[in-house]
Amino acid sequence: MTEKTVLNDTHRAAGARMVDFGGWDMPINYGSQIEEHHAVRRDAGMFDVSHMTVVDLHGERAREFLRHLLANNVDKLKVQGKALYSCMLNEQGGVIDDLIVYFFDEEHFRLVVNAATRAKDLAWIERQARAYGVEVKERPDFAMVAVQGPNARARVIGLLHEVDRPRIQKLGRFAAAAAQGPHGMPLFIARTGYTGEDGFEIIVPTEHAVALWQALAGSGVRPAGLGARDTLRLEAGMNLYGQDMDETVSPWEANLGWTIALDEGRDFIGRKALEAQKAAGVPRVMVGLVLDEKGVLRHGQKVLTANGEGEILSGSFAPTLDKAVAFARIPAGEPGQVRVDIRGREVPVRVVKYPFVRDGKPCEGI
Amino acid sequence: MSEIPGDLKFLKSHEWARVEDNGIVRVGISDHAQGQLGDLVYVELPEIGASVQAGTGVAVVESVKAASDIYSPVSGEIVEVNELLNDKPETINEDAFGEGWIFAVRISDRGELDELLDADAYAEQIENEDH
Repeated sequence: MTEKTVLNDTHRAAGARMVDFGGWDMPINYGSQIEEHHAVRRDAGMFDVSHMTVVDLHGERAREFLRHLLANNVDKLKVQGKALYSCMLNEQGGVIDDLIVYFFDEEHFRLVVNAATRAKDLAWIERQARAYGVEVKERPDFAMVAVQGPNARARVIGLLHEVDRPRIQKLGRFAAAAAQGPHGMPLFIARTGYTGEDGFEIIVPTEHAVALWQALAGSGVRPAGLGARDTLRLEAGMNLYGQDMDETVSPWEANLGWTIALDEGRDFIGRKALEAQKAAGVPRVMVGLVLDEKGVLRHGQKVLTANGEGEILSGSFAPTLDKAVAFARIPAGEPGQVRVDIRGREVPVRVVKYPFVRDGKPCEGI
Repeated sequence: MSEIPGDLKFLKSHEWARVEDNGIVRVGISDHAQGQLGDLVYVELPEIGASVQAGTGVAVVESVKAASDIYSPVSGEIVEVNELLNDKPETINEDAFGEGWIFAVRISDRGELDELLDADAYAEQIENEDH
Protein backbone atom coordinates (compact mmCIF):
# COMPACT_ATOMS: atom_id res chain seq x y z
CA MET A 1 0.00 0.00 0.00
CA THR A 2 1.70 3.18 -1.20
CA GLU A 3 1.11 6.35 0.76
CA LYS A 4 0.56 9.73 -0.84
CA THR A 5 1.33 13.19 0.43
CA VAL A 6 -1.32 15.89 0.16
CA LEU A 7 0.69 17.34 -2.77
CA ASN A 8 0.48 14.13 -4.85
CA ASP A 9 -2.05 15.49 -7.38
CA THR A 10 -0.10 18.74 -7.64
CA HIS A 11 3.06 16.82 -8.58
CA ARG A 12 1.23 14.72 -11.14
CA ALA A 13 -0.39 17.80 -12.67
CA ALA A 14 3.11 19.31 -13.02
CA GLY A 15 4.21 16.24 -15.01
CA ALA A 16 6.33 14.69 -12.27
CA ARG A 17 7.78 11.23 -12.72
CA MET A 18 6.66 9.41 -9.59
CA VAL A 19 8.53 6.60 -7.81
CA ASP A 20 8.09 4.53 -4.69
CA PHE A 21 10.30 5.99 -1.97
CA GLY A 22 10.17 4.18 1.37
CA GLY A 23 6.53 3.28 0.78
CA TRP A 24 5.58 6.75 -0.48
CA ASP A 25 4.61 7.73 -4.00
CA MET A 26 6.98 10.66 -4.53
CA PRO A 27 8.24 12.81 -7.45
CA ILE A 28 11.75 11.80 -8.56
CA ASN A 29 11.83 14.69 -11.05
CA TYR A 30 9.56 17.03 -13.00
CA GLY A 31 11.45 16.58 -16.28
CA SER A 32 15.16 17.03 -15.65
CA GLN A 33 16.80 16.16 -12.36
CA ILE A 34 19.94 18.03 -13.38
CA GLU A 35 18.08 21.26 -14.17
CA GLU A 36 16.30 21.02 -10.82
CA HIS A 37 19.64 20.52 -9.10
CA HIS A 38 21.06 23.64 -10.75
CA ALA A 39 17.91 25.64 -9.92
CA VAL A 40 18.54 24.98 -6.22
CA ARG A 41 22.28 25.80 -6.46
CA ARG A 42 21.69 28.99 -8.44
CA ASP A 43 18.24 30.30 -7.47
CA ALA A 44 15.51 28.54 -5.48
CA GLY A 45 13.83 25.16 -5.59
CA MET A 46 11.24 23.41 -3.44
CA PHE A 47 10.80 19.82 -2.36
CA ASP A 48 7.76 18.07 -0.98
CA VAL A 49 9.14 16.35 2.12
CA SER A 50 5.76 15.63 3.67
CA HIS A 51 6.62 11.94 3.76
CA MET A 52 8.95 12.68 6.65
CA THR A 53 7.54 11.97 10.09
CA VAL A 54 6.79 14.77 12.55
CA VAL A 55 6.58 13.62 16.16
CA ASP A 56 5.69 15.87 19.08
CA LEU A 57 6.88 15.02 22.57
CA HIS A 58 4.96 16.38 25.53
CA GLY A 59 5.71 15.97 29.21
CA GLU A 60 7.40 17.53 32.19
CA ARG A 61 10.41 15.28 31.73
CA ALA A 62 10.69 15.76 27.95
CA ARG A 63 14.20 17.23 28.08
CA GLU A 64 15.43 14.58 30.49
CA PHE A 65 14.00 11.92 28.15
CA LEU A 66 15.82 13.37 25.14
CA ARG A 67 19.10 13.52 27.07
CA HIS A 68 18.75 9.74 27.33
CA LEU A 69 17.33 9.05 23.85
CA LEU A 70 19.74 11.07 21.70
CA ALA A 71 23.51 10.90 21.18
CA ASN A 72 23.75 14.67 20.77
CA ASN A 73 22.91 16.72 23.84
CA VAL A 74 19.57 18.56 23.87
CA ASP A 75 20.97 20.86 26.53
CA LYS A 76 22.47 22.74 23.58
CA LEU A 77 18.86 23.82 22.94
CA LYS A 78 18.34 26.80 25.22
CA VAL A 79 16.32 29.20 23.12
CA GLN A 80 12.78 28.53 21.91
CA GLY A 81 12.75 27.40 18.28
CA LYS A 82 16.35 26.22 18.26
CA ALA A 83 17.06 22.95 16.40
CA LEU A 84 19.65 20.20 16.80
CA TYR A 85 20.74 17.37 14.50
CA SER A 86 21.30 14.06 16.29
CA CYS A 87 21.58 10.34 15.90
CA MET A 88 19.31 8.02 17.84
CA LEU A 89 21.33 4.91 18.74
CA ASN A 90 20.61 1.40 19.92
CA GLU A 91 22.47 -0.14 22.87
CA GLN A 92 25.17 -1.42 20.50
CA GLY A 93 25.87 2.13 19.32
CA GLY A 94 24.32 1.47 15.90
CA VAL A 95 22.26 4.23 14.29
CA ILE A 96 18.49 3.65 14.48
CA ASP A 97 17.90 6.95 12.68
CA ASP A 98 19.15 10.49 12.31
CA LEU A 99 16.74 13.31 13.09
CA ILE A 100 16.24 16.95 13.92
CA VAL A 101 14.85 17.95 17.30
CA TYR A 102 13.20 21.35 17.84
CA PHE A 103 12.75 23.02 21.22
CA PHE A 104 9.35 24.62 21.81
CA ASP A 105 9.31 24.75 25.61
CA GLU A 106 10.41 22.54 28.49
CA GLU A 107 7.32 20.38 28.09
CA HIS A 108 7.24 20.29 24.31
CA PHE A 109 9.89 19.19 21.81
CA ARG A 110 9.38 18.17 18.19
CA LEU A 111 11.27 15.49 16.25
CA VAL A 112 11.43 15.14 12.48
CA VAL A 113 12.52 11.61 11.56
CA ASN A 114 12.93 9.73 8.28
CA ALA A 115 9.97 8.30 6.38
CA ALA A 116 11.45 4.87 5.69
CA THR A 117 12.18 4.31 9.40
CA ARG A 118 8.87 5.68 10.71
CA ALA A 119 7.43 2.52 12.25
CA LYS A 120 10.58 1.34 14.02
CA ASP A 121 11.39 4.87 15.20
CA LEU A 122 7.95 5.37 16.72
CA ALA A 123 8.06 1.97 18.41
CA TRP A 124 11.52 2.69 19.83
CA ILE A 125 10.69 6.22 21.00
CA GLU A 126 7.43 5.11 22.62
CA ARG A 127 9.16 2.26 24.40
CA GLN A 128 11.86 4.55 25.78
CA ALA A 129 9.41 7.35 26.64
CA ARG A 130 7.31 5.28 29.02
CA ALA A 131 9.76 5.53 31.90
CA TYR A 132 9.69 9.31 31.57
CA GLY A 133 5.93 9.71 31.26
CA VAL A 134 6.45 11.53 27.96
CA GLU A 135 3.61 11.47 25.42
CA VAL A 136 4.70 10.60 21.87
CA LYS A 137 2.34 12.01 19.27
CA GLU A 138 2.75 11.62 15.55
CA ARG A 139 1.52 14.61 13.52
CA PRO A 140 0.09 13.35 10.21
CA ASP A 141 -1.90 16.60 10.11
CA PHE A 142 1.26 18.37 8.89
CA ALA A 143 2.86 18.55 5.45
CA MET A 144 6.42 19.77 4.94
CA VAL A 145 8.00 21.78 2.12
CA ALA A 146 11.74 22.49 1.89
CA VAL A 147 12.59 25.69 -0.01
CA GLN A 148 16.30 25.81 -0.77
CA GLY A 149 18.77 27.92 -2.71
CA PRO A 150 20.51 31.29 -2.56
CA ASN A 151 17.20 33.09 -3.22
CA ALA A 152 14.98 30.73 -1.23
CA ARG A 153 14.66 32.77 1.94
CA ALA A 154 13.76 35.96 0.11
CA ARG A 155 11.06 34.17 -1.86
CA VAL A 156 9.49 32.69 1.27
CA ILE A 157 9.72 35.91 3.25
CA GLY A 158 7.95 37.76 0.44
CA LEU A 159 4.91 35.54 1.00
CA LEU A 160 4.68 36.10 4.75
CA HIS A 161 2.51 38.52 6.65
CA GLU A 162 4.32 41.86 6.85
CA VAL A 163 4.60 41.81 10.63
CA ASP A 164 6.43 38.47 10.50
CA ARG A 165 8.96 39.36 7.83
CA PRO A 166 11.68 41.11 9.89
CA ARG A 167 11.63 38.33 12.47
CA ILE A 168 11.91 35.52 9.91
CA GLN A 169 14.54 37.53 8.02
CA LYS A 170 16.66 37.48 11.18
CA LEU A 171 16.13 33.80 11.93
CA GLY A 172 19.53 32.20 12.52
CA ARG A 173 20.74 28.90 11.07
CA PHE A 174 19.20 25.88 12.75
CA ALA A 175 16.49 27.98 14.35
CA ALA A 176 12.75 28.00 13.73
CA ALA A 177 9.76 30.23 14.40
CA ALA A 178 6.04 30.46 13.69
CA ALA A 179 4.80 32.88 11.05
CA GLN A 180 1.71 33.60 8.98
CA GLY A 181 1.91 32.56 5.37
CA PRO A 182 -0.36 33.30 2.38
CA HIS A 183 -4.05 33.71 3.35
CA GLY A 184 -2.98 33.76 6.99
CA MET A 185 -2.04 30.07 7.06
CA PRO A 186 0.02 29.13 10.13
CA LEU A 187 3.57 28.09 9.26
CA PHE A 188 6.44 26.70 11.28
CA ILE A 189 9.56 27.90 9.49
CA ALA A 190 12.99 26.41 10.19
CA ARG A 191 16.24 27.63 8.68
CA THR A 192 17.45 24.12 7.98
CA GLY A 193 17.90 21.98 4.91
CA TYR A 194 19.45 19.04 3.15
CA THR A 195 21.07 20.64 0.11
CA GLY A 196 24.07 22.66 1.31
CA GLU A 197 22.26 25.85 0.35
CA ASP A 198 20.57 28.39 2.57
CA GLY A 199 16.81 28.12 2.87
CA PHE A 200 13.89 27.01 4.96
CA GLU A 201 12.05 23.84 5.81
CA ILE A 202 8.41 24.71 6.40
CA ILE A 203 5.90 22.67 8.36
CA VAL A 204 2.37 23.52 7.26
CA PRO A 205 -1.06 22.08 8.14
CA THR A 206 -1.97 19.64 5.36
CA GLU A 207 -5.07 21.61 4.35
CA HIS A 208 -2.86 24.60 3.42
CA ALA A 209 -0.01 22.72 1.74
CA VAL A 210 -1.29 22.99 -1.83
CA ALA A 211 -1.93 26.73 -1.48
CA LEU A 212 1.56 27.23 -0.04
CA TRP A 213 3.14 25.20 -2.87
CA GLN A 214 1.26 27.22 -5.49
CA ALA A 215 2.18 30.53 -3.87
CA LEU A 216 5.85 29.51 -3.86
CA ALA A 217 5.64 28.41 -7.49
CA GLY A 218 4.01 31.75 -8.30
CA SER A 219 6.93 33.60 -6.73
CA GLY A 220 9.41 31.72 -8.95
CA VAL A 221 10.42 28.78 -6.77
CA ARG A 222 10.95 25.74 -8.98
CA PRO A 223 9.62 22.31 -7.97
CA ALA A 224 12.46 19.83 -7.54
CA GLY A 225 12.20 16.08 -7.07
CA LEU A 226 13.86 13.62 -4.75
CA GLY A 227 16.46 12.90 -7.44
CA ALA A 228 17.85 16.43 -7.21
CA ARG A 229 17.54 16.32 -3.42
CA ASP A 230 19.81 13.27 -3.41
CA THR A 231 22.56 14.77 -5.59
CA LEU A 232 22.38 18.08 -3.69
CA ARG A 233 22.79 16.48 -0.28
CA LEU A 234 25.59 14.21 -1.53
CA GLU A 235 27.52 17.21 -2.89
CA ALA A 236 26.89 18.95 0.44
CA GLY A 237 28.41 15.99 2.30
CA MET A 238 25.25 14.98 4.12
CA ASN A 239 24.49 11.38 5.04
CA LEU A 240 21.43 9.46 3.90
CA TYR A 241 20.04 7.02 6.43
CA GLY A 242 19.94 3.44 5.14
CA GLN A 243 22.66 4.09 2.59
CA ASP A 244 25.45 5.78 4.56
CA MET A 245 24.61 4.43 8.00
CA ASP A 246 22.24 2.01 9.67
CA GLU A 247 21.95 -0.07 12.82
CA THR A 248 25.18 -1.97 12.05
CA VAL A 249 27.24 1.23 11.82
CA SER A 250 28.38 3.51 14.63
CA PRO A 251 28.48 7.29 14.20
CA TRP A 252 32.30 7.10 14.33
CA GLU A 253 32.17 4.96 11.18
CA ALA A 254 29.74 7.31 9.44
CA ASN A 255 31.63 10.57 9.94
CA LEU A 256 29.04 11.66 12.48
CA GLY A 257 31.44 11.97 15.42
CA TRP A 258 30.68 15.70 15.47
CA THR A 259 27.12 14.91 16.57
CA ILE A 260 28.19 12.80 19.56
CA ALA A 261 28.25 14.70 22.85
CA LEU A 262 30.28 12.69 25.37
CA ASP A 263 29.52 15.17 28.11
CA GLU A 264 30.19 14.29 31.71
CA GLY A 265 27.68 12.02 33.36
CA ARG A 266 25.00 11.88 30.64
CA ASP A 267 23.84 8.29 30.18
CA PHE A 268 22.46 8.17 26.63
CA ILE A 269 21.53 4.97 24.85
CA GLY A 270 24.55 3.52 23.03
CA ARG A 271 27.13 5.56 24.94
CA LYS A 272 28.92 2.59 26.48
CA ALA A 273 29.28 0.88 23.11
CA LEU A 274 30.55 4.09 21.49
CA GLU A 275 33.16 4.62 24.17
CA ALA A 276 34.26 0.99 23.95
CA GLN A 277 34.63 1.25 20.17
CA LYS A 278 36.61 4.45 20.45
CA ALA A 279 38.92 2.93 23.07
CA ALA A 280 39.48 -0.20 20.97
CA GLY A 281 40.01 1.80 17.79
CA VAL A 282 37.34 2.42 15.17
CA PRO A 283 37.87 -0.23 12.47
CA ARG A 284 36.28 1.56 9.51
CA VAL A 285 36.12 5.15 8.36
CA MET A 286 33.91 7.02 5.93
CA VAL A 287 35.71 9.03 3.26
CA GLY A 288 34.84 11.12 0.23
CA LEU A 289 35.85 9.93 -3.25
CA VAL A 290 36.15 11.83 -6.51
CA LEU A 291 36.34 10.12 -9.89
CA ASP A 292 38.24 12.30 -12.37
CA GLU A 293 37.71 9.88 -15.26
CA LYS A 294 34.43 9.35 -17.01
CA GLY A 295 31.99 7.04 -15.31
CA VAL A 296 29.73 7.07 -12.29
CA LEU A 297 30.41 5.88 -8.75
CA ARG A 298 27.42 4.00 -7.37
CA HIS A 299 26.16 2.41 -4.19
CA GLY A 300 27.58 -1.08 -3.65
CA GLN A 301 30.68 -0.81 -5.84
CA LYS A 302 33.79 -2.37 -4.33
CA VAL A 303 36.55 -0.02 -3.14
CA LEU A 304 40.14 -1.36 -3.12
CA THR A 305 42.63 0.12 -0.63
CA ALA A 306 46.03 -0.78 0.82
CA ASN A 307 44.24 -2.07 3.93
CA GLY A 308 41.60 -4.17 2.24
CA GLU A 309 38.23 -3.72 0.63
CA GLY A 310 35.58 -1.13 1.31
CA GLU A 311 32.32 -0.21 -0.30
CA ILE A 312 30.67 2.79 -1.94
CA LEU A 313 27.76 4.06 0.15
CA SER A 314 26.11 7.03 -1.59
CA GLY A 315 27.56 7.59 -5.03
CA SER A 316 26.36 9.60 -7.98
CA PHE A 317 27.15 11.95 -10.78
CA ALA A 318 27.47 15.38 -9.18
CA PRO A 319 25.89 17.99 -11.47
CA THR A 320 27.68 20.98 -9.89
CA LEU A 321 31.08 19.30 -10.43
CA ASP A 322 30.30 17.53 -13.70
CA LYS A 323 31.90 14.34 -12.39
CA ALA A 324 31.11 11.51 -10.04
CA VAL A 325 31.62 11.66 -6.27
CA ALA A 326 30.83 9.23 -3.49
CA PHE A 327 31.03 8.39 0.16
CA ALA A 328 32.80 5.11 0.90
CA ARG A 329 33.38 3.10 4.04
CA ILE A 330 36.90 1.66 4.04
CA PRO A 331 39.24 0.05 6.58
CA ALA A 332 40.93 2.59 8.86
CA GLY A 333 44.54 3.57 8.15
CA GLU A 334 46.47 5.11 5.27
CA PRO A 335 44.53 3.82 2.24
CA GLY A 336 47.25 4.17 -0.41
CA GLN A 337 46.19 4.38 -4.07
CA VAL A 338 42.43 3.80 -3.92
CA ARG A 339 40.56 2.18 -6.79
CA VAL A 340 36.90 1.40 -7.41
CA ASP A 341 35.67 -1.68 -9.26
CA ILE A 342 33.27 -0.37 -11.90
CA ARG A 343 31.83 -3.33 -13.78
CA GLY A 344 35.05 -5.30 -13.48
CA ARG A 345 37.35 -2.39 -14.30
CA GLU A 346 39.58 -0.95 -11.55
CA VAL A 347 39.35 2.81 -11.79
CA PRO A 348 41.58 5.12 -9.69
CA VAL A 349 39.78 7.65 -7.47
CA ARG A 350 40.94 10.43 -5.18
CA VAL A 351 40.20 10.36 -1.44
CA VAL A 352 39.09 13.85 -0.40
CA LYS A 353 37.72 15.79 2.51
CA TYR A 354 34.11 16.73 1.92
CA PRO A 355 31.68 18.56 1.54
CA PHE A 356 32.26 18.52 -2.18
CA VAL A 357 30.21 21.69 -2.77
CA ARG A 358 29.42 24.60 -0.50
CA ASP A 359 27.33 27.69 -1.23
CA GLY A 360 26.93 26.78 -4.86
CA LYS A 361 30.66 26.28 -5.56
CA PRO A 362 33.06 23.33 -5.65
CA CYS A 363 35.17 23.14 -2.49
CA GLU A 364 38.93 23.49 -2.71
CA GLY A 365 40.69 20.30 -3.77
CA ILE A 366 37.60 18.75 -5.35
CA MET B 1 6.25 11.34 -25.35
CA SER B 2 7.38 11.57 -28.94
CA GLU B 3 5.89 9.35 -31.63
CA ILE B 4 7.58 6.03 -32.26
CA PRO B 5 8.91 6.07 -35.84
CA GLY B 6 7.23 3.31 -37.82
CA ASP B 7 10.41 2.18 -39.60
CA LEU B 8 12.10 1.07 -36.39
CA LYS B 9 12.35 -2.39 -34.90
CA PHE B 10 12.78 -2.99 -31.19
CA LEU B 11 14.13 -5.27 -28.53
CA LYS B 12 11.95 -5.76 -25.47
CA SER B 13 14.78 -4.13 -23.52
CA HIS B 14 14.03 -0.83 -25.36
CA GLU B 15 16.80 -0.70 -27.97
CA TRP B 16 15.72 0.38 -31.43
CA ALA B 17 17.23 -0.76 -34.73
CA ARG B 18 16.99 1.14 -38.01
CA VAL B 19 17.93 -0.82 -41.12
CA GLU B 20 19.88 1.37 -43.53
CA ASP B 21 21.48 0.72 -46.90
CA ASN B 22 24.26 -1.83 -47.33
CA GLY B 23 23.17 -3.96 -44.39
CA ILE B 24 23.98 -1.30 -41.78
CA VAL B 25 21.75 -1.31 -38.70
CA ARG B 26 21.82 1.81 -36.53
CA VAL B 27 20.98 1.29 -32.85
CA GLY B 28 19.78 3.51 -30.04
CA ILE B 29 17.38 3.45 -27.10
CA SER B 30 13.74 4.46 -27.22
CA ASP B 31 12.34 7.74 -26.05
CA HIS B 32 10.42 5.82 -23.42
CA ALA B 33 13.68 4.31 -22.13
CA GLN B 34 15.49 7.65 -21.90
CA GLY B 35 12.53 9.02 -19.97
CA GLN B 36 12.72 6.12 -17.53
CA LEU B 37 16.47 6.54 -17.07
CA GLY B 38 16.38 10.31 -16.60
CA ASP B 39 19.26 12.67 -17.38
CA LEU B 40 22.08 10.74 -19.05
CA VAL B 41 25.59 11.66 -17.95
CA TYR B 42 27.89 9.08 -19.51
CA VAL B 43 27.89 6.65 -22.43
CA GLU B 44 30.43 3.84 -22.77
CA LEU B 45 30.69 3.18 -26.50
CA PRO B 46 31.91 -0.06 -28.12
CA GLU B 47 35.10 -0.29 -30.19
CA ILE B 48 34.79 0.06 -33.93
CA GLY B 49 35.54 -3.32 -35.51
CA ALA B 50 34.31 -5.29 -32.51
CA SER B 51 32.10 -8.24 -33.34
CA VAL B 52 28.82 -8.40 -31.45
CA GLN B 53 26.14 -10.99 -30.83
CA ALA B 54 22.43 -10.24 -30.90
CA GLY B 55 21.06 -9.83 -27.39
CA THR B 56 24.40 -9.22 -25.68
CA GLY B 57 25.62 -6.07 -23.94
CA VAL B 58 27.58 -3.80 -26.27
CA ALA B 59 27.41 -0.34 -24.69
CA VAL B 60 26.50 1.15 -21.33
CA VAL B 61 24.47 4.29 -20.70
CA GLU B 62 24.57 5.88 -17.29
CA SER B 63 22.00 8.32 -16.02
CA VAL B 64 22.22 10.14 -12.72
CA LYS B 65 20.05 7.33 -11.40
CA ALA B 66 21.43 4.10 -12.85
CA ALA B 67 23.71 2.30 -15.31
CA SER B 68 22.08 0.27 -18.07
CA ASP B 69 23.54 -2.20 -20.52
CA ILE B 70 22.62 -1.61 -24.12
CA TYR B 71 22.09 -4.82 -26.06
CA SER B 72 22.71 -5.18 -29.74
CA PRO B 73 19.51 -6.13 -31.57
CA VAL B 74 21.52 -7.93 -34.25
CA SER B 75 24.83 -9.78 -34.68
CA GLY B 76 27.65 -8.40 -36.76
CA GLU B 77 30.52 -5.92 -36.68
CA ILE B 78 30.51 -2.44 -35.13
CA VAL B 79 31.18 -0.02 -37.99
CA GLU B 80 30.32 3.32 -36.39
CA VAL B 81 29.88 4.79 -32.92
CA ASN B 82 28.30 8.11 -32.01
CA GLU B 83 31.31 10.07 -30.71
CA LEU B 84 29.05 13.05 -30.03
CA LEU B 85 27.78 11.20 -26.98
CA ASN B 86 31.21 11.38 -25.30
CA ASP B 87 30.71 15.10 -24.77
CA LYS B 88 26.94 15.33 -24.98
CA PRO B 89 25.31 12.21 -23.54
CA GLU B 90 22.16 14.28 -23.02
CA THR B 91 21.64 14.10 -26.79
CA ILE B 92 19.91 10.79 -26.07
CA ASN B 93 17.44 12.58 -23.77
CA GLU B 94 16.83 15.24 -26.38
CA ASP B 95 16.53 13.10 -29.52
CA ALA B 96 16.50 9.41 -28.69
CA PHE B 97 15.33 8.23 -32.12
CA GLY B 98 17.62 10.54 -34.14
CA GLU B 99 20.82 12.34 -33.10
CA GLY B 100 20.99 10.17 -29.98
CA TRP B 101 21.83 6.94 -31.86
CA ILE B 102 24.59 4.97 -30.12
CA PHE B 103 26.30 2.59 -32.58
CA ALA B 104 25.88 0.99 -36.00
CA VAL B 105 26.37 -2.68 -36.85
CA ARG B 106 27.02 -4.34 -40.20
CA ILE B 107 24.55 -7.15 -39.89
CA SER B 108 25.71 -10.71 -40.43
CA ASP B 109 22.33 -12.45 -40.44
CA ARG B 110 19.34 -10.50 -41.75
CA GLY B 111 17.09 -13.23 -40.43
CA GLU B 112 17.59 -11.80 -36.96
CA LEU B 113 15.57 -8.74 -37.93
CA ASP B 114 12.45 -10.90 -38.00
CA GLU B 115 12.92 -11.65 -34.30
CA LEU B 116 12.51 -7.98 -33.38
CA LEU B 117 9.31 -6.19 -32.37
CA ASP B 118 7.77 -3.78 -34.85
CA ALA B 119 6.82 -0.27 -33.73
CA ASP B 120 3.21 -1.23 -32.93
CA ALA B 121 4.19 -4.24 -30.86
CA TYR B 122 6.73 -2.13 -28.97
CA ALA B 123 4.18 0.63 -28.36
CA GLU B 124 1.85 -1.99 -26.94
CA GLN B 125 4.58 -3.32 -24.68
CA ILE B 126 5.36 0.06 -23.10
CA GLU B 127 1.65 0.80 -22.82
CA ASN B 128 1.27 -2.37 -20.75
CA GLU B 129 4.33 -1.49 -18.66
CA ASP B 130 2.75 1.78 -17.65
CA HIS B 131 -0.32 0.11 -16.19
